[in-house]
Amino acid sequence: MSTNKTSEQPLIEVRNLKQYFNINAGFFKSIPLKAVDDISFTIREGETLGLVGESGCGKTTAGRTILHLYKPTAGEIIYRGKSIKTAKDIEEFRKKATMVFQDPYSSLDPRMTVADIIGEPLDVHHMYKSEQERRDKILELMEHVGLNSEHAARYAHEFSGGQRQRVGIARSLAVDPDFIVCDEPVSALDVSIQAQVINMFDELQSKMGLTYLFIAHDLLVVRHISDRIAVMYLGRMVELADAADIYERPLHPYSKALISAVPVPDPKVARANKRIALSGEIPSPLNAPSGCPFHTRCPYAQPRCAESMPEFKEVEKGRFVACHRTEEINS
Amino acid sequence: MALLEVKDLHTSFFTDAGEVRAVNGVSFTLERGKILGIVGESGSGKSVTAYSIMQILAAAGKIVSGSIKLDGQELVGAGEKVMKEVRGNRISIIFQDPMTSLNPTYTIGQQLMEAIHLHTDRDKQQSWDRAVEMLRLVNVNDPEKRMKQYPHELSGGMRQRVMIAMALACEPDILIADEPTTALDVTIQAGILELMKDIQSKIGMAIIMITHDLGVVAQLCDEVIVMYAGGICEQGTADEIFYNPCHEYTKGLLRSIPTADDSGDRLEPISGTPIDLLNMPKGCPFAPRCDNAMKICMREHCEKMTINENHSAACWMNVRKAVKGE
Ligand SMILES: Nc1ncnc2c1ncn2[C@@H]1O[C@H](COP(=O)(O)OP(=O)(O)OP(=O)(O)O)[C@@H](O)[C@H]1O
Ligand SMILES: Nc1ncnc2c1ncn2[C@@H]1O[C@H](COP(=O)(O)OP(=O)(O)O)[C@@H](O)[C@H]1O
Ligand code: SF4
Ligand code: SF4
Ligand SMILES: [Mg+2]
Ligand SMILES: [Mg+2]
Repeated sequence: MSTNKTSEQPLIEVRNLKQYFNINAGFFKSIPLKAVDDISFTIREGETLGLVGESGCGKTTAGRTILHLYKPTAGEIIYRGKSIKTAKDIEEFRKKATMVFQDPYSSLDPRMTVADIIGEPLDVHHMYKSEQERRDKILELMEHVGLNSEHAARYAHEFSGGQRQRVGIARSLAVDPDFIVCDEPVSALDVSIQAQVINMFDELQSKMGLTYLFIAHDLLVVRHISDRIAVMYLGRMVELADAADIYERPLHPYSKALISAVPVPDPKVARANKRIALSGEIPSPLNAPSGCPFHTRCPYAQPRCAESMPEFKEVEKGRFVACHRTEEINS
Repeated sequence: MALLEVKDLHTSFFTDAGEVRAVNGVSFTLERGKILGIVGESGSGKSVTAYSIMQILAAAGKIVSGSIKLDGQELVGAGEKVMKEVRGNRISIIFQDPMTSLNPTYTIGQQLMEAIHLHTDRDKQQSWDRAVEMLRLVNVNDPEKRMKQYPHELSGGMRQRVMIAMALACEPDILIADEPTTALDVTIQAGILELMKDIQSKIGMAIIMITHDLGVVAQLCDEVIVMYAGGICEQGTADEIFYNPCHEYTKGLLRSIPTADDSGDRLEPISGTPIDLLNMPKGCPFAPRCDNAMKICMREHCEKMTINENHSAACWMNVRKAVKGE
């Protein structure tokens, strides 16, 4: 939340990460779907980095690849200064880096009790010496996320969406991680419940010093929870900046359109807002445009934009943008 | 005369577990050319209100009492023949998931032409022309080509726009949109909302916009109904609801969401869990979650109270204010 408790030390460093899926194109041919295409950034210890962008732009894939749930096609993940390479590195890393999923309805096994759902990672990683220790750990985790001990023996399907999301979060905390990828963790929840869960993420962060990669499509929620925000488009990162800066003064043309489209819950502001309408459809990642991936929809596009890919570079201190025309269009 | 007048509507589902009172005394009027927003948490009765107006409830559902008048004509009990005519020519509905209402085995063109042919006396060529015109109206690029495509060949946003084209094909007086953009990206959503507003002002229809997104309401709606547990807790102009909320649930809802000038401070959630309609409390249905609940709230349901000519709310706090002269 507040920038002062995040350190300058990167916890996670992502270098030139690529994730290509092979898609069957018939006749024994396959073509690569470039879900994540050469992204680089760092996440500081104790920080929340928000990740936004249109559906299908590669947010979930980026999150999963960082955690090595998918083997990266290329690139490197560096955790506390050490590159994750061998099977052993990955196993160790998985105890420190976990994921919370979007859908509290389908991500939990309905036939398991809450205690067993939360305890499963403890079993997998052999993280207790006695049954008593396992029990204590589970109860402690439940307490962290605001669940009662009497919930332990109940089944996930007996819970409301907000409670299930708490169970999911308790489970992801079981291995005592310091980094959590939160993939749309409140999107499936009712508005009145969202705030409870968002506050819980905040509290857990300050209590346990957690670092988050927070993926969500609600930009107001992302801005609320994030220190910095990264914007993705078609598998690439187009802008990365301080949450307040990017929201108030987006520099990349796509960020500008995205932020102008946010439905603001204030009639006077909403009426005065000038939305930047984007023409055209989102191109398929199987067939990404040449040059700048945004050029087919960008109101500022010039011939050179179709020819060469803009570099993702630091244009102000701590502020990265991938656009040929950043200076011209923002002065 | 109001275009649509709903009075004391009660709709229930008769299930094995008992009677689910999904809509519990809903009243409102809708004038020609206006956009009315209905907000409320999931299960609060928004969709059932809409389905009651259209009389497309599931088999277990029934309008138990109340009146729904369209241009003065009573629809409750009017019979299927009248309702067919209403659904065909007067009121259209767009559902949340366009795939549930588009048939995957027919082309976009076949489905659009069918809708047009059913509701107007155009012949085949005229229906084709009209369908292409409708697609153009909703900003679908290459409309002639799209006519020959199947739903799965279009993106989500495009399918939703085809749905809108279909709903508008019969030039309805009222368009009911049940969470039409919930599944879409903000940039696509912004385009569709703009489009709806645009078409609305061009052909002068009224819109009932059902959503849980207060941002969408702020952007689009003239008037707002806030529902809780099957009833209306507050209704008024958008400005009244956002800047002068007078029901504790509305206030809680507005406090719980991040705003445009968010400071990063803690959000103020509404405590407790959503209501169980099979287990309704006696007095105000929001009382178990309300921080300001008083004794009377537990005992007695609060009737709708007039705040001003543009605004009413069903909350005992307003009486207290009145008594205290605040
Ligand atoms: N296992 C897979 N095999 C093939 N393609 C995949 C796979 N997973 C994702 N993709 C494709 O990769 C691209 C990025 O998908 P991803 O799930 O990362 O998007 P996202 O940004 O998380 O979208 P959303 O907001 O809808 O969750 C999409 O085109 C998707 O269809
Ligand atoms: N077919 C059905 N059978 C039984 N109960 C139903 C049915 N459809 C809706 N309900 C109940 O009616 C209430 C209102 O639902 P709905 O209007 O769909 O809510 P929302 O405000 O989310 O649109 C809920 O309690 C729901 O479970
Ligand atoms: S590089 Fe060109 S097309 Fe891409 S965002 Fe910048 S101006 Fe637009
Ligand atoms: S009537 Fe009472 S319980 Fe209900 S919202 Fe108002 S103050 Fe709260
Ligand atoms: Mg995703
Ligand atoms: Mg609904």
